[in-house]
Order: sequence, then structure tokens, then C-alpha cells
Amino acid sequence: MFKYLEPNKIFSITSKAPKYVLSLFIIVLSIGLSEALIFSPQDYKQGDAVRIMYVHVPAAWISLGIFSLITFLSIFGYIFKVQNFFLISKSLAPSGFVFNIIALVTGSIWGKPTWGTWWAWDARITSMLILALFYAMYILAWRIFEDKDKVNKVTLIITILGIINVPIIKYSVDWWNTLHQPASINILTKTSIDISMLFPLMIMTAAFALFSLLIFLMKYNTELIKIKNKGLDRL
Amino acid sequence: MINEILYMNGYGLYVWSAFIFTLVSFASLYFVVQAHYVKERNKFIAKFGTLNSERAAFAKLQGINKEILSNTSNI
Repeated sequence: MFKYLEPNKIFSITSKAPKYVLSLFIIVLSIGLSEALIFSPQDYKQGDAVRIMYVHVPAAWISLGIFSLITFLSIFGYIFKVQNFFLISKSLAPSGFVFNIIALVTGSIWGKPTWGTWWAWDARITSMLILALFYAMYILAWRIFEDKDKVNKVTLIITILGIINVPIIKYSVDWWNTLHQPASINILTKTSIDISMLFPLMIMTAAFALFSLLIFLMKYNTELIKIKNKGLDRL
Repeated sequence: MINEILYMNGYGLYVWSAFIFTLVSFASLYFVVQAHYVKERNKFIAKFGTLNSERAAFAKLQGINKEILSNTSNI
């Protein structure tokens, strides 16, 4: 099954896909920005400050999703000895890290008008900061270690340790008394957010997901060319 | 209308700075990744140019090498 995922076979797709993904991203982002900044209503309590949600929440969701995917791919890559899974994980990390930073910074900006402070050592915020540290360690590990087996093991350990933090982030607002509000969107139970706000949120999430796909494809292609550069040296 | 969008009842500074930070982060990441891609592709093309005809023909047997050489777009 994994033979279909071999870089040699999928490069013809991954090398052509970015330009289409970029066009789609620009279209979806334009719709999302007009909905988020102009057409969506104010919140009855937070007023226009609620609009920060349209960048903060998708960034947080995607950074968590990417870290979970990286862990899953690293574990499977290690068990089934598929080097390409490690390469995919490595290519996903930069956008995950940037989304994590965006979630922290926009959360801080949102905190000032709503909580009266830029930062609080609250469970949700602190656990998101810890996730950013795991992302940083993961990216650094790829830069520090040159040996393939060693870097695979080190990054696997980092992701396994880091994934423990993911449910802590998710449930921190339920387990502890925090400044951060509980989740407004639930897949299994009733969502407390109105459709007029949910729609722009979903559009912005789609735009952010397309951006992470774009960065992943560009990074993955770069990594493949790097490998092929080494191959030319050996000829 | 424009003033309302910019001012946002006093929250404009917070809202706009959050959105601008996000978009600047996107642009920075995109250009950094693109620069790495172009650098590696140019390195590959330069190395390929130094190969003799026999080795170049051998390298071209791998479809991916041909794809890299033919793909001239920056993304």
C-alpha cells in the first residue's frame, strides 16, 4: 500500500499542485476575510473584539491537528519503516509552528480588551505555549541531527512526549478554572455559536487549512529536491 | 462605513493588529519556504549541468529528476 506514496511516484503531482492550491487559498481567504471583518455580526458581550476569533480559533485548531498528524505519521513511519512518513512530518512542522505562534499572539491581543491583560499563566495558554516549545524542539532536531536513524528516533520521542500535551490543551478549560472560555463548538453535543458566526469561522478554517497544505507541498518538494541533490553527488 | 470598519467601536486596533499579524506571518512563511525551494532547485540544475552525457542520461531515467528539471515555476 505504501509503495503508492513513494516520493518518485507522487512528485509529478506535488510539484504541480501548489499553484492550484495557492489560487484556491486566495479565493477562500478573500471570502473569509470579508465575512470575518465586514459581514459577520458583533457579539452581544464582546462587541467587535469577537472578530479576532476568526483568526485565533482556526490557527489553534490547525496547529493542534498538524501536531497530532505529525505524531501519527512518525509512529507509523517508525513501525513500518516508511521514511517518506518522516519526510511528510518534517514538511508539515513549519506551518504547524507558525499557526501555533499565530494562536498565541492573536490570543494575547484578544485577551487585552476582553480580560484586561495581554497574558495570563492560565492552563490553556500555558499548554499552548508548551506545544510551541515541542514544535520548536521538533524543527531544531531536524537541523541538529544529520544521521537519518538518529533524527527519526529523536523526533519520534519529541512527538510522543508532545502529544501528551494535546488532550491537556483540549480539556484544560474543563479540568481547571481558567480565564479562557470553554469550547463553543462541539461535534458530539450542541454547538453554542450562532450560524452567522460559525459560517465565517468555517470559511477561515478552510483558508488556513489550504495555506498549511500549500506550505506543506512547497516544503515537501524542497525536501525531495534536497534528497535528489545528494543522489547526484553519488553518481 | 469605512470608518466603522476601521474603528470597530474602539476595538479596531486589536482586531486589525491580529489580522495583520496573521497575514504577515503567512506572507513571511510563504516567501521563506519559496526561497528555500528555488535555492535547492537551482542547486540541482547547476549540479545536473556538470554531469557528463552518460551520467546525465542515467540520472534522467528517474522520472523525478526529469520533473525537477522541467518544473520552472517558483512554487
